[in-house]
Amino acid sequence: MNANEAGAEPSTPSLGELFLGFLAIAVTGFGGVLPWARIVLVDRRRWLSGEQFAEDLALAQFLPGPNIMNLSILIGARFRGPLGAIVSALGLAGAPAALMIACGALYARYSDVAWLRGGLAGLGAAAAGLLIALAAKLVVPLLRERRIASLAFALAIFGAVALARVPLYWAVLLFAPASIAVFWWGRR
Amino acid sequence: MRDDSALSVFLLQLVFLSFVAIGGINAAMPELHRQVVEIHGWLSEQAFTDFFAIANAAPGPNMLIVTLIGYQLGGPLGALAATGAICAPTCLFAYFFAQVWERFKDAPLRIAIQAGLVPITVGLVAATAFLIARAADQNGAAVAISTATAALAYFTRINPLWAFAAAALLGFAGLV
Repeated sequence: MNANEAGAEPSTPSLGELFLGFLAIAVTGFGGVLPWARIVLVDRRRWLSGEQFAEDLALAQFLPGPNIMNLSILIGARFRGPLGAIVSALGLAGAPAALMIACGALYARYSDVAWLRGGLAGLGAAAAGLLIALAAKLVVPLLRERRIASLAFALAIFGAVALARVPLYWAVLLFAPASIAVFWWGRR
Repeated sequence: MRDDSALSVFLLQLVFLSFVAIGGINAAMPELHRQVVEIHGWLSEQAFTDFFAIANAAPGPNMLIVTLIGYQLGGPLGALAATGAICAPTCLFAYFFAQVWERFKDAPLRIAIQAGLVPITVGLVAATAFLIARAADQNGAAVAISTATAALAYFTRINPLWAFAAAALLGFAGLV
């Protein structure tokens, strides 16, 4: 059943397949695309093993910029070089960006309509809830493992950015090197 | 209506912002909000929250909130330019960085950098959650929707799209 387990050669996708694969991830990825990236790349098309996907994802999240775009670059480049990277990124962002332009036009025209206003208020509340869950999923492991230093840095940057409204640049320039230094120091 | 100088300032901001967005676009949201709503007043608090919600509910990467803001400032071309500005420079960076990074896979400094950036991402995502929730949760119904969505997304593996659909329906019915 499973091509990876059977030891079959993982197939190398063509440029067209890369484009279509990432397009499929984009159009099915309601409410966040990362879970769908795994389903399409690992389970359905079998371009990557689960392990490879986890490694690529870790790097994509670590790099600056939108995570999922970075992921498309890493994977596209591995299979087909620079062109593969471009084609994958366009497949991922093209159709949703066009949809957003349509949404922007509709919003400019109809955002005052009462029932639509209500719908947007509902969506906004749901989006806030999704973010709270995401933040909790990130914080809880730190609490569970009693990572005191990590929690202190997370709390400090939260206070600086959310409460004191310090510009992100200053907060990151101050806390990121400090946090890295603590880890560097702590591991010896 | 259109303001080209605002658009070019916005595009430049996006390029800088994308490089400090450690942990993805959600980490950049507090700064985006600060610039777009608080400093320049290009969008109302309401419109920002709406755009965030639309970008989250629609298919595709959540970074597309900048596409909506770009549209507001410069029409379809502004939307495309904003989309390019948020991802093209960091994509280029990712392309070249990945080749170098692979070689230092097990280097202690790499491990320290990776581990050290985790709390930064956690704090920034929490800050985004706080700011969006404060803007979106203006009444009891909205608070209830946020709480229910958070619980659903945290405790179950149900696709959060269902929560979005239910929340939009409640809103259409005039209950939010």
